[in-house]
Amino acid sequence: MTPGEGQTLLSARALTKSFPGTKALDGVDFDLRAGEVHALLGENGAGKSTLIKCLTGAIRRDGGDIVLDGRSIDPRDTLHAQQLGIGTVYQEVNLLPNLTVAENLMLGRQPCRFGLVSRKAMNSQAREMLAQYGLSLDVTRNLDSYSVAIQQIVAIARAVSLSGSVLILDEPTASLDRDEVRMLFDVVRGLREKGLGIVFISHFLDQVFEISDRITVLRNGKLVGVRDVAALDRLQLVNLMLGRELAEETRHHGRTGIDYSTEPRLRFSGTGRRGAISPFDLAIQRGEVIGVAGLLGSGRTETVELMFGAAPMDSGTVSMDGKALRLASPRDAVAAGFGFSPEDRKTSGIIGDMGVRENIALALQARTGWMRPVSLRRQRELAQDYIRRLDIRTSDMEKPVGQLSGGNQQKVLLARWLATNPQFLILDEPTRGIDVGAHAEIIRMIEELCTGGMSLLVISSELDELVAYSHRVVVVRDRAHVAELMGEAITSESIVQAIATQHGATATGQAAS
Amino acid sequence: MNARLLPFFATVLIFILAYAVCYMQFPAMLSTRVAGNLLTDNAFLGIVAVGMTFVILSGGIDLSVGSVIAFSGVFIAVVLRDTGLHPLVVFVLLLAITTLFGAAMGLIIHVLQMPPFIVTLAGMFLARGMAYVLSVDSVPIAHPFYEWAQNAYWLMPGKGRLTLIGAMMLVVVLAGVVLAHRTRFGANVFALGGGVQTARLMGVPIARTTILIYALSGFLAGLSGIVFSFYTSAGYSLATVGVELDAIAAVVIGGTLLSGGSGFVAGTLVGVLIMGLIQTYITFDGTLSSWWTKIVIGALLLGFIMLQKLLVGLTGRRMRAPGAH
Amino acid sequence: MKGGAVRFLRRIAPQLVTLAVVLAMIGMVFPGFFEISMANGRLYGSPIDILNRGAPVALLAIGMTLVIATGGIDLSVGAVMAICGAVSAAAITAGYGLAATLALALGAGLACGLWNGLLVAVLGIQPIVATLILMVAGRGIAQLITEGTILTFSDEGLAFLGSGTLLGLPTPVVIWLAMGALIVLLVRRTALGMLIEAVGVNRRASMLAGVNARLLVVTVYMVSGLCAALAGIIVTADIRGADANNAGLFLELDAILAVVIGGNSLLGGRFSLVAALFGAVIIQAVNTGILVAGFPPEFNLVIKACIVLAILLVQSPALQGSRLLLRKGARLS
Repeated sequence: MTPGEGQTLLSARALTKSFPGTKALDGVDFDLRAGEVHALLGENGAGKSTLIKCLTGAIRRDGGDIVLDGRSIDPRDTLHAQQLGIGTVYQEVNLLPNLTVAENLMLGRQPCRFGLVSRKAMNSQAREMLAQYGLSLDVTRNLDSYSVAIQQIVAIARAVSLSGSVLILDEPTASLDRDEVRMLFDVVRGLREKGLGIVFISHFLDQVFEISDRITVLRNGKLVGVRDVAALDRLQLVNLMLGRELAEETRHHGRTGIDYSTEPRLRFSGTGRRGAISPFDLAIQRGEVIGVAGLLGSGRTETVELMFGAAPMDSGTVSMDGKALRLASPRDAVAAGFGFSPEDRKTSGIIGDMGVRENIALALQARTGWMRPVSLRRQRELAQDYIRRLDIRTSDMEKPVGQLSGGNQQKVLLARWLATNPQFLILDEPTRGIDVGAHAEIIRMIEELCTGGMSLLVISSELDELVAYSHRVVVVRDRAHVAELMGEAITSESIVQAIATQHGATATGQAAS
Repeated sequence: MNARLLPFFATVLIFILAYAVCYMQFPAMLSTRVAGNLLTDNAFLGIVAVGMTFVILSGGIDLSVGSVIAFSGVFIAVVLRDTGLHPLVVFVLLLAITTLFGAAMGLIIHVLQMPPFIVTLAGMFLARGMAYVLSVDSVPIAHPFYEWAQNAYWLMPGKGRLTLIGAMMLVVVLAGVVLAHRTRFGANVFALGGGVQTARLMGVPIARTTILIYALSGFLAGLSGIVFSFYTSAGYSLATVGVELDAIAAVVIGGTLLSGGSGFVAGTLVGVLIMGLIQTYITFDGTLSSWWTKIVIGALLLGFIMLQKLLVGLTGRRMRAPGAH
Repeated sequence: MKGGAVRFLRRIAPQLVTLAVVLAMIGMVFPGFFEISMANGRLYGSPIDILNRGAPVALLAIGMTLVIATGGIDLSVGAVMAICGAVSAAAITAGYGLAATLALALGAGLACGLWNGLLVAVLGIQPIVATLILMVAGRGIAQLITEGTILTFSDEGLAFLGSGTLLGLPTPVVIWLAMGALIVLLVRRTALGMLIEAVGVNRRASMLAGVNARLLVVTVYMVSGLCAALAGIIVTADIRGADANNAGLFLELDAILAVVIGGNSLLGGRFSLVAALFGAVIIQAVNTGILVAGFPPEFNLVIKACIVLAILLVQSPALQGSRLLLRKGARLS
């Protein structure tokens, strides 16, 4: 029995969930209708993922009811939730890359004859299943021979065929390019027409407006409101999410006041790496903040990995203060006075099991070499100093960094590099996934540092943020630097335009120098 | 063509080339007689390597199998010596013990979430220790059934003998192929090797599959022990030291990824035969010493590990290209 | 500094208690066990014997601890022992002097370590797989050197390393204690220890912080190779012959066991060399205990299996949660 269009399919009443020290969900209600795409929004830590985990049984709720199709349910785990009718697709495709597409679709329910799997029947069933989504693939090939977008659709096909009434999409577009997002949204629309209820979680507000019918906003574990998308504009939505008039605080164009006539501190000439980023020129002045804008997968992270020696360049030269510089490894970069706080803090930034003190001292120690240890006293001084200056919230300096919150981990990383007193600091998405307070502090820090003469290069998906602190903004698209905006020419609109402009056409603002 | 088939084809190619080289030097090697001996001499290794293939496909490792084979031999010999039980009854008892033993290791790996390497290390100590406890000396086996089994063979054209134990290995390999590639259990084994967390989310019964995999490995190690006792007519607690390494080597040379998730049971058979061929060649040559076997196997291991590294690197790059990071 | 000493004691307390319990049990069965006598300028007695016989595993445990701390494992140490033992016996019988012989044997160990290290750090092969190659091929290489026989020698200088007396103690004891002290000083008085731990916890992040992870990983495998070479020389010197088949057989497993008994995580990260050395002594004490208690030596492996099981229970991440609760409960009460 499928409920008709517009009827409530899934409803949660007064959900609560506490973790030690925080109330992650505080009496939250949530309704999902059949045949709608319902966006779930909120800053990090607002309770989105806790809500999803409660609905899918990944964690047990402390209180409240969940009703699906008029029946009260209590999913034990994700598998049980799936059997009940709630399927989930995550950002990191949760299928097996080493199995074929057909095996992935049919795992656990392969057609069998005399106890043996009939591969022929399995493959043809898989083909039929994908045909409903307009996909015609060789299902006998391994899943990892297809793009992430295709993998995502295969994951959706599997989830829908298993559960069939509710589909939760958790950041499904984070690693897709424009065309792939369009393809995915076509699939989502098709499912909506079939009467599925779809929960859509995304950081990309454009996409939320494009695909959703209704929006539920959470903040600090509480329900802020439910709105029809038709009756909502961006500013209202951001205000709901942040609970304040953020727009007023931001400047509307970039900063000026850098003297470009002097010899730049750093000059990258024709540096590039095949398959990662086309050769680019970039000169960076003392005290300058360069913002890098571009969609995920555009080549922005590849740009900074190249600049830090983390990925070898196969063309171009680098010079510092007029002298040639060899950047073959991160060690060279660190020795030259570079610092790099990567996008993925957990896997590439923090040393989770080690304490705050050692994490802060690490880069300095790596630079002085193993023969000359940074004394314990000096390490303690550094840690104390930065815990105070950056307001790192930790019970003590020996606490493993993995146990701190995202914002504090980011501050520890910042402290690690500041301890080396760098000339040039690269920050890749420094404000992603951290709470509003820490966010503001990090932005203030960036401004302070460049005033002190440090050169910075900051990647961010938050355009307002880039506009606020950048002297120049480099726009990256299709693995190439396509535009450079300067000073007054930097506005959110001009950046968006540069990102969106078709290949070959000149962007508004200043073309790449 | 699927790149994952490449190691398998490489294995087959190496086997054919190696056989061709052997044939050119010693034309006598291309006979059903040598082929029959190859199967007979490597029967116990082939059987245990099939079990190891499943373990490695699932991303695990089983270090206990060499000790379990030794234990099996001693157990059979001691029970036959001290009781009037028929060997077939003893075999059933033994297989029950080794299967349960493997299942217990699987259970511990799953429940304690510890690396299979260290858990099966304990199993290795335990099985070898129990073999010692049963008997320190080599215990001969003399039973009419054994005489019958040792002389049971099918005369192939060319006077080669396909012995009972050689045939048993072929049957086990065949059963292994079907189990790995044509059953839900087999798909679950591959799924485990692809990623335990993901497999769990996709509804693969992790506990059951893990336990079954190690139980299967234990069962086949027991069966291999029976075959080995046919082969040697004795049970000796110091026998088959390091066979787990040979089995792992055969699996890898057979084209299975040591980190799990990709491979072929049939390849393992070829891997075993390549290793057997090296030994046969050395025997034919007469001047080469036996230690060259180990060195050549080491070199083959290195070659295959490099090849796999290369292939994984290639697919890995393709994965990353459209991806986010 | 006082806090450091307390932390250190707390870190090795489980090993100390375990050793005390093992020794106490032996002492109950065999009251004369702790008697130590002095004769001909050398200490004699069962405790000394434990330290002496434990030398190879203790040496291997030093290198293995560092390798495991980087998140690796070295399965080849037993085979490397055989190679280096064979090299030393072959060199001394070929008429090289003692110094040249030792240099050749230690050099062989370093070369083996370099090989493993390059496979792991430069080619990026999983450690268990990379060191498996040498584990399989190594005994073949050792047999190649000894030509399949037990290569005996009569050089007193080399034999001294296995059965001589130095500072009133058997030479092997002095060697492993000195090597242990040297490596402990090396990693803790420089920043090596911290950098190794950082690489073990998160290699990618460490590299991005400017740590030369590749060199560090190669270095720890070379240290492991060097320790294996020393162990191989001692074993060869002790029996005055190189046995390529049996020298160091299964000792890689004992060494890993010693490291794990020392409370070091197999996943890498934080490590304690001293605790690992206590682990090696505990293993030998158990071996000796079984002998003096009159149990057949066959029980040894069964007991080792039980030790591994006990460690599994202690280290299991699955039980970590419940243990945390227990600790919390204990603090509340």
